[in-house]
Amino acid sequence: MPDSPAVAPQFASVSHRDETAELGMWVFIATEVLLFGGLLLSYFVYRHAYPQGFATGGRHTEIVIGTANTAILLTSSFLVAWAVEIFAAETRRLTAGLLAAAICLGLAFIVLKGIEYHGEYEEHLVPGIDFRFTGDLANGVQLFFIFYFIATAIHALHMIIGIGLLAVLALLCRGAPSTRHRAALHSAALYWHFVDIVWIFLFALIYLPGRSTS
Amino acid sequence: MWRQWIPFWHPGVSPEGGDVDLLFGGLLIASALVLGLLFFLLALFCVRYRAGNDVDRENHEAKSWRWEVSWTAASLLCFLALFVWGASVYFELYRRPPDELTAFVVAKQWMWKVQHPGGQSEINALHMPVDRPIRVVMASQDVIHSFFIPALRLKHDVVPGRYQDLELTAQKTGHYHLFCAEYCGTAHSGMIGEVVVMEESDFANWLAQQAPASALADEGGALFRQLGCSGCHSVASKIHAPLLEGIYGSPVPLSDGSTVIADDKYIRDSILLPRSQIAAGYEPLMPSFEGKVTEDQLLRLVLYIKSLGRQP
Amino acid sequence: MTEPDYLNANYTLRSWFFTTDHKRIAILYFASLTLFFFIGGAAATAMRIELATPQADLVSDDIYNRLFTMHGIIMVWFFLIPSIPNTLGNFIVPLMIGARDLAFPRLNLLSWYIFMLGGSVTLFAILAGGIDTGWTFYTPFSTLYSNSYVMVAAAGVFIAGFSSILTGLNFIVTIHRLRAPGLTWYRLPLFIWSLYATSVILVLATPVLAITLVLIAVERFFGVGFFDPRIGGDPLLFQHLFWFYSHPAVYIMILPGMGVINELISCFSRKQVFGYKFVAWASLAIAALGFLVWGHHMFVTGQSLLASLVFSFMSFVVAVPSAIKVFNWTATLHKGSLRFDAPMLYALAFIGLFTIGGLTGLFLACLAFDVHATDTYFVVAHFHYIMVGGMVTAYFGGLHYWWPKITGRLYSEYWARAAAILIFLGFNLTFFPQFVLGAEGMPRRYHVYPPEFQVWNVLSSGGATILAAAYLLPLLYLGYSAFFGSRAPANPWDAPGLEWQTSSPPPEHNFDVQPVVTRAPYQYRNFEAEPQNA
Repeated sequence: MPDSPAVAPQFASVSHRDETAELGMWVFIATEVLLFGGLLLSYFVYRHAYPQGFATGGRHTEIVIGTANTAILLTSSFLVAWAVEIFAAETRRLTAGLLAAAICLGLAFIVLKGIEYHGEYEEHLVPGIDFRFTGDLANGVQLFFIFYFIATAIHALHMIIGIGLLAVLALLCRGAPSTRHRAALHSAALYWHFVDIVWIFLFALIYLPGRSTS
Repeated sequence: MWRQWIPFWHPGVSPEGGDVDLLFGGLLIASALVLGLLFFLLALFCVRYRAGNDVDRENHEAKSWRWEVSWTAASLLCFLALFVWGASVYFELYRRPPDELTAFVVAKQWMWKVQHPGGQSEINALHMPVDRPIRVVMASQDVIHSFFIPALRLKHDVVPGRYQDLELTAQKTGHYHLFCAEYCGTAHSGMIGEVVVMEESDFANWLAQQAPASALADEGGALFRQLGCSGCHSVASKIHAPLLEGIYGSPVPLSDGSTVIADDKYIRDSILLPRSQIAAGYEPLMPSFEGKVTEDQLLRLVLYIKSLGRQP
Repeated sequence: MTEPDYLNANYTLRSWFFTTDHKRIAILYFASLTLFFFIGGAAATAMRIELATPQADLVSDDIYNRLFTMHGIIMVWFFLIPSIPNTLGNFIVPLMIGARDLAFPRLNLLSWYIFMLGGSVTLFAILAGGIDTGWTFYTPFSTLYSNSYVMVAAAGVFIAGFSSILTGLNFIVTIHRLRAPGLTWYRLPLFIWSLYATSVILVLATPVLAITLVLIAVERFFGVGFFDPRIGGDPLLFQHLFWFYSHPAVYIMILPGMGVINELISCFSRKQVFGYKFVAWASLAIAALGFLVWGHHMFVTGQSLLASLVFSFMSFVVAVPSAIKVFNWTATLHKGSLRFDAPMLYALAFIGLFTIGGLTGLFLACLAFDVHATDTYFVVAHFHYIMVGGMVTAYFGGLHYWWPKITGRLYSEYWARAAAILIFLGFNLTFFPQFVLGAEGMPRRYHVYPPEFQVWNVLSSGGATILAAAYLLPLLYLGYSAFFGSRAPANPWDAPGLEWQTSSPPPEHNFDVQPVVTRAPYQYRNFEAEPQNA
């Protein structure tokens, strides 16, 4: 596999550069964990304060779409992991193909999310725009949906960035893959898996409350 | 004349104020000792070890972990003592107020509205008797304010959406500043008033001179009927709702097995969020009154329910 | 023929604005921060002039509120947080660890552009009409009641946060991966340790601010949100999230200053720092414990007594590592060979002012006294002793210390000492009276105040005038020296750090030969040596 001609002067070798890049991605993920951490903390505070409101809110979400999206994301993560595993000059078409498939799944996720948002809009469950849930639990349900929309929107934004990254890498890999691209793909895959893991948490917190009881 | 510029020259006029002043003095002395030692050492070393001064510098790289351990331990112990001292006075300051509502404070941009149970109300002023603990219950109509009386060494934020209560005791008659200490918008610095501490008899006179429309509890009773509360919470009602006579201050068993004391906060929460704490043996039927009653009206309802407790 | 130094490698604008050289990016940051420092300083000066009398005479209440908000936002996010890390840190870190650049040079440049974007957005918010929430953005005032450019200013701060994160990330990775051969962790200068601790906070705390600002923006834009008491939201949750970032942010501001002081004290005592390992680990201890004390901003909000107790206790505990540092610095002077060049004057001023700031911090950690003193001028005085007396003093000290390395020129020692002394006097005259005001009970953020507070306010305003003039001095003589000063030798202080082992100013890639480290830091060779000044 051809190596990129020169390493930036601050690095001693190619592997030095690539390991450094990977460490950078890990630190970035640490930042992201705290970003979602602040949001999840607010969720738990209000879920504790309004348990019934959150259970009712949870029952008003589309669990079919949520579950489908979970399956879609897990599959896409698998494909990305596979692409990282087989990355080599000889298998560049397959690598690019796997990434393309993962991108398609990512797009499917976004489309389904859009359909879900539309459904909630139809049901007048969008706080601040059209929220008509009344009754005693209205406050809890509204706080639940505020969390729902903020968390899923930020997650979707991460998905879109991830799709962009994978698309760039798919194009690069189709051309002339180098060790530099391997490192980049590795970091992008870390990011993609992280976004996936965030979704698993969101899935449990958004779709599951209120479903086990009656 | 110049004495007025010295902080804490006017001692706090509340019983805990003296403790806070003492604590302040203690902190000042501790700091002065530390700073004195530090500045002495700095000055000493700067003069003695200035470059070119011919002094003994043998073993200048010598180190000892004993120094590290001793000054770490010394600071920790010293800090621990200050922590305990500060915390014990804090518990005094914020101890649970006695069950004697004497004034209700509504904070809004940019004024303090004080209401006395007899219906007397005042703006940016709080009249209170000397040497008698009174309790203020505070609520905010809009943003966060902070009720601050420097002379009493007391302060408490007034956060919208909840009641805060505070016990005040003034041991000396006089006029004292009342400040809003939490930035609350344009005229934040105009949200100041005065606390007037009077002799008991003067205070009674003052209350009598004010012309109240009617006692707050009576207005609360009118609201109680007007909002339809009496439709359910009465003996004659067919709907199974708890009777409120004598409930104030008594323990209420809840449906989840726990028990709460029916205080102002509980009653307020029960009006606004009736399903958060449901009394045992009752169906959660009551609608929420959130957004339908103002803080002023809530206060009157609470007072009315409280007055029910007094009548046998 | 030697390689040209980084300043003379290329003169085009493009070579500055698209540079990936950490040294040039440091200069870009230095120029922008200087601008922001004087904007924030101008706001402070206007406030102090207004406060010279108890009535409103210079500005209206709305303008006054905008002034202190602008002062806070600019100074915190656009000067103090980036000050030492992004200028001195950017310049010195790779040199100190024997690297040819930071790990991610392009990310470094990107972080400057993001910073400038955030700064421009914030300046736009100020010019468009300002923002009146205070730098703390407390809800529900900021979300539902303020009629000012809250969203735009929050967006500016939000954007600048990414710049902080990228800088922190770059430092962490650089310090882990790019140290010169032989440069083990315990051979690192303490400046590096403290910047490492700072970077950890930058990376872990800033995202919490980011999400909090998003929640604010959503609530303001849609009219409902997490902190809206009308739908059962809790305004105090905002304060928890905000201070979870903003208290560690205080350590972001002071830790790099402490790092600089280690370098100055040891250089001008010509000795190792006393208790190197204790000082190094104290930095990390501050970074870790700093995450556990945010609730001490909320002792009077009605948070549970137990929470107050825990936060008060932790606040005392976090003061221990700071105390350790002060003691070690003082012990470093013992049996040293002390010279009192301008950087050393700043370092000594730092120790004194930081200690006063730290001790008054204990007053505020002390629950019962905090009830009286919080939200008064006592707090204002306390954190200015830390932020200005500590951080800005350290910044100036470090700037003078490394100025010959950065510019290759020597500044006027006479003017530098005069400025240092003037800053020290002006600072104390400005802020010491504010302790008295706070203890007397004057609340902060007051545009008009009862007349009995006037005497101390006049003193403070007088001090502020001196301080403002004193801060202008370095701009003049340092600016002059950058162009007309005499040439600096490679190692004017005769210091052993790696940054002094290359020419002044350094070549584009820092070292002609990759340095190898074989010994502990701060090994000053000639104990009694006179620096080869001039």
